[in-house]
Amino acid sequence: MPASSGALSHVRVCDFTGQLAGAGATKVLAAFGAQVIRIEDPVRQGRWDILRGAPPFLDERRGVDLGGGFNNHNTEKLGITLNLRTERGRELLERLVCISDVVAENFASGVMERLGFGYERLRELRPDVVYVSNSGFGASGPYRSFKTWGPVVQAISGLTFTSGLPEREPAGWGYSYMDHTGAYVMAIAILMALYHRARTGEGQWVDMACTEAGATLTGPAILDWSVNGRPMRRPGMPHSNRSDWPPMAPHGIYPALGDDSWIAIACRDDADWQALASVVDPPFAREARFAALAGRLAAQDDLDAGVARWTKEREAAATARALVAAGVPAAVVARPEERIERDPNTAAWGLWPEVRQTAMGRVRVDGLPVHLSRTDWSIARGAPSLGEHNDRVYGELLGLAQSEIDALRGKGVI
Amino acid sequence: MAGPLAGMRVLELAHERTAYAGKLLADAGADVRLVEPPGGCAQRRHAPFAGDRPDPEQSLSFWHYNTSKRGITLELAAPRGRELARELIARVDVVLEGEDPGRLESLGLVATDELARRRELVWTSITPFGRSAPRADEPATDLTLLAGGGPAWSCGYDDHSLPPVRGGGNQAYHMGGHYAVMALLVAVLERERSGLGQLVDVNVHAACNVTTEFATYEWLVARGTVQRQTGRHATVARSAPTQARCADGRYANTGVPPRTSEEFGRLRQWVVDLGLAEEFPEIFLLEMGMQRPRIELWRIGQDEEATAIFAAGRDAIMLIASRLPAAEFFRQAQERGIPVGVIYSPEEVIDDPHFRARGFPTEVDHPDLGRAVTYPGAPYRFLRTPWRISRRAPRLGEHNAEIYGELGLGAEQLSALRDQRVI
Repeated sequence: MPASSGALSHVRVCDFTGQLAGAGATKVLAAFGAQVIRIEDPVRQGRWDILRGAPPFLDERRGVDLGGGFNNHNTEKLGITLNLRTERGRELLERLVCISDVVAENFASGVMERLGFGYERLRELRPDVVYVSNSGFGASGPYRSFKTWGPVVQAISGLTFTSGLPEREPAGWGYSYMDHTGAYVMAIAILMALYHRARTGEGQWVDMACTEAGATLTGPAILDWSVNGRPMRRPGMPHSNRSDWPPMAPHGIYPALGDDSWIAIACRDDADWQALASVVDPPFAREARFAALAGRLAAQDDLDAGVARWTKEREAAATARALVAAGVPAAVVARPEERIERDPNTAAWGLWPEVRQTAMGRVRVDGLPVHLSRTDWSIARGAPSLGEHNDRVYGELLGLAQSEIDALRGKGVI
Repeated sequence: MAGPLAGMRVLELAHERTAYAGKLLADAGADVRLVEPPGGCAQRRHAPFAGDRPDPEQSLSFWHYNTSKRGITLELAAPRGRELARELIARVDVVLEGEDPGRLESLGLVATDELARRRELVWTSITPFGRSAPRADEPATDLTLLAGGGPAWSCGYDDHSLPPVRGGGNQAYHMGGHYAVMALLVAVLERERSGLGQLVDVNVHAACNVTTEFATYEWLVARGTVQRQTGRHATVARSAPTQARCADGRYANTGVPPRTSEEFGRLRQWVVDLGLAEEFPEIFLLEMGMQRPRIELWRIGQDEEATAIFAAGRDAIMLIASRLPAAEFFRQAQERGIPVGVIYSPEEVIDDPHFRARGFPTEVDHPDLGRAVTYPGAPYRFLRTPWRISRRAPRLGEHNAEIYGELGLGAEQLSALRDQRVI
């Protein structure tokens, strides 16, 4: 992988984000060379971000600088402490905003206003600032003061409901999918606003509601309601291991030999089905009623039972290999170890870069699933320890003398 | 007013892997020209259909993913089609394609050649495994990508005799689409300074891999393997349920239980206000929670008292949830500063008063239907350059005259091209 040529090295971000929903956005910018300065509260040791100092841990050591998730989401960023309860702290923030292209935060809506740094104030300090706020419900509307976590966002936005098996409670997402996605959408908003600024010189405020970002991801279901009046809340729905849109059958996650082993199989069309039937032992696969898609869709329960009878006697990996070789999409439901340590595709991609975090030492993190041929990303430095870059940012960027910085530290301003 | 990407020109070769990325760009004001084969792209055959009529102009999936784009037809397999593709490429900033690796090359359209021809071009490929990966040629769908890429392992039920669950809505392509848009915007911003474009290689399988939160970094950091659980985070050690069945049979997510003194105070008051204090003897633990400034999550399981207080908070919320309808539980909890969520189906989101008040449901005019249709609205609100669906998805070849007109082709030439099945 070529060293980063700093595609965004001209961009400085004043970063108040935390958790994954915010921190994940500025992580992408930092990987492309933006100077992201993460601002944390020295009084609470940065623990507004609940991942700071939270498990998983690399070894038996514990502490604010040792949280595995925090390290994963904050690679390549600079970290400073700043107490905004103090007059001097607010003054320093003003100076930092003046030299920043972007201000990013994912506090509950209204918090930046209360701190005295709403968009109007930010714009006085830096007229072309790009300010992106990412909250659960946005800056307006009856729920604007309501608070969310990833699973709550997923619940509200329809993503939990649409993930499950029929006649059972929702399975939902077994992780904060909308923290990842909120971060992606936030990064996109920042980049779009920077594009507009590059063309016109104009900055602006972007109000992002994570629940709305989530609700855009069930589009066809919403149109089925608004056009056809057909709700997703109806008997037999959802059945998200099947595929109605586009229609495919067989299409599902089937048992395989071994403990909690599963294989996903999708027949996109009749050719895939014929290829599968050539791999599967007769006679069930040769039944005439399954020859065409309409017949397979009409008898999906029988079809799935037949496929499952076959797959459960075999190892998932062997089945997947045989089907893929026949041209049928199939994949083991991969455990973390399988996809991280044993999938040549993720290793060849450089998907798990090793970083050095000052306190933790060497540890692997999520990389990016994209490569740019000329100005690729680079992730080598771990998340900042609390206040790790105070001297650099206050000294080199804001021009404070070391004695002043030491005094601020003594007074609890940083 | 124009969107933030006004002035950006994009050529999208219609594909299920590009449609969402193209929509994000088009709704943000980019001029996205969607290229379909003369018979229409495959997504036009995707249900659901308006009025359940399986007609290529009635696919609601196609409608949703192709808003604000202009559409043309072009047969890339024809030599004249390839020439026209080159002329179209010469007029855009970004090419967005999701073809299987090798397909365009076999037709004589080689990304690196086009980049050599036009140094400022940003060529974005969205493929299942990346353009040159060891597994580049393997067939894949949303389901197999979510299974092999990690998300499915974490999703499902406490009962492991039930299969893992694919999250609904073709989300693998959303994951890939989000990364495609981030990466191509980085490339376009960089071009503003260097004048040079580049190749952007997007790997959907890798996007799934890095969209699994805890499952990945639990392994990377601590070699732990998470296990799926009903409606909540997959974890290494089993955790208590957070999904509650409410009094009306609908479900709610109870979020992270109270941790601060104020939260315990508000929860205790809620229990009292609902007349549930006698049924909930553990209320004294809520009172103990009010005495402590805060319970840090990392103390749970280590500090016995903190663990008991935290569990009592969770139990109190579960009890209340069982006594209220889901939507009422959600509103009352949030009004008391306790972050929980009602589990809405998609149609319930679009009808919720908050999203209505913010104007999230978006009316898009469909002149051919003689009415407007409600779509999901803006994922972000730009103060100066509003997000906007500028038009409904294009009918097949709707903008042939307009866009080929820009290349200097007149009605007669287009008619000949149509006869030759080139457009």
